[in-house]
Amino acid sequence: MSQNILEIKDLFVQYSAGKDTVRAVNGINLTLEEGESLGLVGETGAGKTTTALSIMRLIPNPPGKITGGEILYRGENLMEKSEAEMRKIRGHEISMIFQDPMTALNPMLSVGDQIAEVIRLHEKISRADAMRKACAMMEVVGIEGGRAGEYPHQFSGGMKQRIVIAIALACNPSLLIADEPTTALDVTIQAQVLELIEQLKRKFNTSLLLITHDLGVVAEVCSKVAIIYAGEIVEYGTLKHIYENPSHPYTIGLFGSIPNLNETVHRLSPIPGLMPDPTKLPDGCAFEERCSQACEACGKGVMPYVEIEPGHMVRCIKFAGKEC
Amino acid sequence: MSTLVEVKNLKKYFKTPRGLLHAVDDINFKIEKGQTLGVVGESGCGKSTLGRTVIHLHERTSGQILFDGKDVSDLSKHELKEFRSHVQMIFQDPFSSLNPRMSVSQLIAEPLLIYKTSKSSADLGKEVGRLMDTVGLARRFANSYPHELDGGRRQRIGIARALSLNPEFIVCDEPVSALDVSIQAQILNLMQDLQDEFHLTYMFITHNMSVVKHISNNIMIMYLGNMVEFAGAEEIFKNRLHPYTKALLAAVPIPAIIEGRKRQLLTGEITSPIDPKPGCRFAARCPYATDICHAENPQLDEVLEGHFVACHNVKEINQL
Repeated sequence: MSQNILEIKDLFVQYSAGKDTVRAVNGINLTLEEGESLGLVGETGAGKTTTALSIMRLIPNPPGKITGGEILYRGENLMEKSEAEMRKIRGHEISMIFQDPMTALNPMLSVGDQIAEVIRLHEKISRADAMRKACAMMEVVGIEGGRAGEYPHQFSGGMKQRIVIAIALACNPSLLIADEPTTALDVTIQAQVLELIEQLKRKFNTSLLLITHDLGVVAEVCSKVAIIYAGEIVEYGTLKHIYENPSHPYTIGLFGSIPNLNETVHRLSPIPGLMPDPTKLPDGCAFEERCSQACEACGKGVMPYVEIEPGHMVRCIKFAGKEC
Repeated sequence: MSTLVEVKNLKKYFKTPRGLLHAVDDINFKIEKGQTLGVVGESGCGKSTLGRTVIHLHERTSGQILFDGKDVSDLSKHELKEFRSHVQMIFQDPFSSLNPRMSVSQLIAEPLLIYKTSKSSADLGKEVGRLMDTVGLARRFANSYPHELDGGRRQRIGIARALSLNPEFIVCDEPVSALDVSIQAQILNLMQDLQDEFHLTYMFITHNMSVVKHISNNIMIMYLGNMVEFAGAEEIFKNRLHPYTKALLAAVPIPAIIEGRKRQLLTGEITSPIDPKPGCRFAARCPYATDICHAENPQLDEVLEGHFVACHNVKEINQL
C-alpha cells in the first residue's frame, strides 16, 4: 500500500467581491498517492486553479480565504504552517508550473538567474554553483545550458514553458502541480513538453497533480481523474472508469462536446447553458439547471457522493438508489 | 457550385530589422460557395496573416485575389468599402476584440451605422434585436457591456457583428480557441446552422485538429508560410501524406484510452521565416529529409485525386 503524499479534506475557499461572496471551492476531497498522477479536469471558473493555489497556500488574502478543511502533505497539515515554513516547502517539496509561460517569467532577469534563484533559496550553495546547477537543469529540459544568460523574450513559447518546468523541478520536488502546462503551446510542442514531464516524473518519482481542461492530455499522462464542476468534485476514478464508463451527466456532456478525430458526427451535443454564478450557487446540485436528467430531488440538499464501482465515485442522486 | 474565393500565388512579406519575413509565401486555393476551408497550422505559420490578407486587412505583397470572379487585388478606397460589406471576420479573442466602452447593442449596431443600412433608429433597433436572436443572445443583454458577459456570449456578439451586413464570406480566425469545450460546441453548432441558413462561405483558421475536421469541407495545412498539404477533410485524416501533417496529427492528444500509445516527437530547430534559404522549410525537423530537401523548394503536386502535397519524397515515404 503506497502512502498518500497529498490529502485534501473538505476544502472550502471563498473570495469576497464587494457585497458578494464567490464560493470558488466547496468541499473538495482528493487524495494523491506517492508517484501517482492525478488529472483535475474542469472548465474556466470551476475552481481548479484555486485548489492548486490553496495547496501552495498562495490564495491572495484578501480577497480570498480558505474557510474550511485540511490539506495534508505527507500527513502534516499545511494550514497550520507558518509563512516561513511554507516558504521552505514551496519550490522544494511542492512545486508549481504556471499556465502562461509568457507571464510566469520575469522579463528583466536572465533565465539562468531565475532558475538559480530557487536553488539558492533552498540550498546552501555558492552563486557560481547554483548557476552551474541551473545550466544542468536547462540541459535536462532540453535547452542548451549556454543560453542561461539570455532573457525570456529570446526564447519561443515552448522553450519558455520548459524554463518554467526547469524552475519547478530545480530542487527535485516530491509533488508537482502543473496548472494547464501546455494550454498555451502548439500541439507538436505540447507533445514534447508532455513527454518531458513524464520522463522527469519517472526519473525523480515525482507525484503529479495535472490541472487541465483537455481530456486528451489527461488520457496521455494521468492514471486517475477528478472532474470538477462549480467547486465540487462530481466524478472521480481511474482513467478507465472515467473514459470507459463516464457516469455523471456533466462528464458525459464534456465528452459529447469534443469533436472526435476518429468518428464523424454531423452535430456536436453541447451542454446547454452556462456554469452557475459562483456568488449565487443554487441549493442542491450545481449542475441541475443544465442537466437533461434532472428531477425534483436534484433541487435541494447535498448531493450524495456514491461509489458506483470500487474506486469510482459519482456525485449524483441518480446513483443513490432514488427514483427520479 | 461556383467558386467564391480564389487566391493565386499570394505572397505577404513583412519588413523586419533582420530582413524580409515571408509570412505567406506563394499560396493558391479556391473556396466554393457555401463551403468551408479549414486552415491549420501552428502559431507563426502565417495562417492568420493569410486570412487577413485575403480580406484586405493586410496589403498583399504580390499575387491575385479573386472574389466571385472579380479581381479584388487593387481596389480604390470606395470599392474597398463596398467589398468589405461582403466579407467579414470573426476574431479569436472575444475579450480584446470588442470595445469595452460600448454596450452589446451599440457593438452590434456599429457596422449597420457605418454602412447606413437602416432608415430610422427604430429600424436599427429592430435589426439589432433580430441579429441577437439569430446568434442566440438573449435580448436582456442589449444594454450590458462586454466585461459583464462570459466568453461564449462575447463571441456571439462578434458573430452578430460579422453577420450584420449579410456577408457572403467570413474569415473565422480561431473563433473557438478561447472558449471552454462545452461552450465551444455551442458556438460550432451555431456557426454550422448559420452557414446552412445564410449559405455562408467560411475560411476557418485554427490550430485545433478535431474542430477543423468537424467543420471543414477542405483542409489546408500550413507550415512557415507554405501550404504543405491540401485535401478534403475526410481524406486528409485518412491519408496523411506530408511528414509534417503526420507529425501534427500524431501529436493531438485523443480523449480515449489507447493501449501502448507512443508519442511521435519532432526534433530539430524551427527554420526562421526571415529571408529563408531555398529548400523545404520543414527539412530541418523532417525525419525523412534527403539532400534535395535542403536545396530546392518542393512544388505542390496532385498526388492523389484532389489531394495536393508539397514534398520531394512523398511517393517514397508513402509507397505510392
